[in-house]
Amino acid sequence: MSNRKPETGAFFQRDRQWHPPAYTPEYKTSVVRSPQRALISFDNTLSEITGPVFGHAMLGELDADLIYNYAKPGESAIGQRIIVHGRVVDERGKGVAGALLEFWQANAGGRYRHKREGYLAALDPNFGGCGRTITDEDGYYRFRTVKPGAYPWPNGVNDWRPAHIHFSVFGHGFAQRLITQMYFEGDPMIWNCPIVKSIPDKAAIEQLIAALDMNNTIPMDARAYKFDIVLRGRRSTLFENRMEGN
Amino acid sequence: MVQQLGYLKETPSQTAGPYVHIGCTPNFCEITGVYENDLGISMVNDKTLGERITLRGRVFDGTGTPLRDALLEIWQADSKGLYNSPSELRGTADPNFTGWGRCPTDMETAEYRFETVKPGQVPFKDGRLMAPHVTVWIVARGINIGLQTRIYFDDEKEANDKDPILQRIEHRNRVPTLIAKRDGSSYVFDIYLQGDKETIFFDV
Ligand SMILES: [Fe+3]
Repeated sequence: MSNRKPETGAFFQRDRQWHPPAYTPEYKTSVVRSPQRALISFDNTLSEITGPVFGHAMLGELDADLIYNYAKPGESAIGQRIIVHGRVVDERGKGVAGALLEFWQANAGGRYRHKREGYLAALDPNFGGCGRTITDEDGYYRFRTVKPGAYPWPNGVNDWRPAHIHFSVFGHGFAQRLITQMYFEGDPMIWNCPIVKSIPDKAAIEQLIAALDMNNTIPMDARAYKFDIVLRGRRSTLFENRMEGN
Repeated sequence: MVQQLGYLKETPSQTAGPYVHIGCTPNFCEITGVYENDLGISMVNDKTLGERITLRGRVFDGTGTPLRDALLEIWQADSKGLYNSPSELRGTADPNFTGWGRCPTDMETAEYRFETVKPGQVPFKDGRLMAPHVTVWIVARGINIGLQTRIYFDDEKEANDKDPILQRIEHRNRVPTLIAKRDGSSYVFDIYLQGDKETIFFDV
């Protein structure tokens, strides 16, 4: 964790036009799972400004290496080896130190290791599909994995998810809690996907597409993709009037 | 032209999907040997201060079907009203209480369950006390952006009546959607995503 003084300001209002709305009928499951009444808005209280902290000590040696963290000794997951790296910053551009990132994905054939998964592509006995890491002092992170495959899913009769990695992110306040998905540069499937298209703004979708980063490859080993993540920024508390007892 | 403010846009949310367990609670979905324990499964230990309670319930979709693939997280103050967070400047929270829990709904019964303590009161910005409450965050397949709500307690009527957040809810008939009902040593809090009983969700 950082030695910097903790910040205590409220977070910027969330731009709900930039995020997908709750009700997106092309993504059919959202129809009965979307609240229909208006959300009730209020400025952050301490309950939203604060949040849990996760220390680097909780991480295992292979937590950020999906190629090996489920593999039998001497074996490794099948697929195109990649490094995913980037920086977690807030809307002010400040690096978010100590952010916990958890990621999960299908294997190189597009198959998840989950009992509810019905796709006929083969399981890879050496691939579990989960990993995690915590950002460094400046907000940087990296992990190694195999590039996930695209997979079909029951929505339309012929809907396929583009290759993607799911990310769960903890910043410093519970109001920053975010789950999202990372896509891969150049994948034509991105623009056909009803889940991607739940995001109304093309620029917002592009924010989820990781760029191929040939400067950070490991020669003869793995290519790299760069994926930066932006969490909500905090207002400054410098001149805020505070009543007694707060 | 004026100077640019230079703010970035928040990364847009995407659904957690049906396989959120793989990333967030891998042991729960039988991916073992990667992490020793799933994060957030335990909030208390035998030294934790305060009244032990169980929070449990189900999450219902618009057809009345309970979700068997949702994931809930809760965040709350300790029994004295302090958060276990660096942004908590009023004092040091109970070191034996994490304040944060994570629980997938059961794949058969659809129930979620947290073993925790009754939270103390936390001040609102103006110094008034908020009633004891637990912040809840819900993700699942079909939920495009995590839903946030609060659990209040039905045996805290006096504090609830004075709570600055509950007070500002215009439609008073919706306030009970935020109040858990005591049942022995547990509190039951069912969440309705849609319909007449739709739970109040917050934009905070
Ligand atoms: Fe997926």
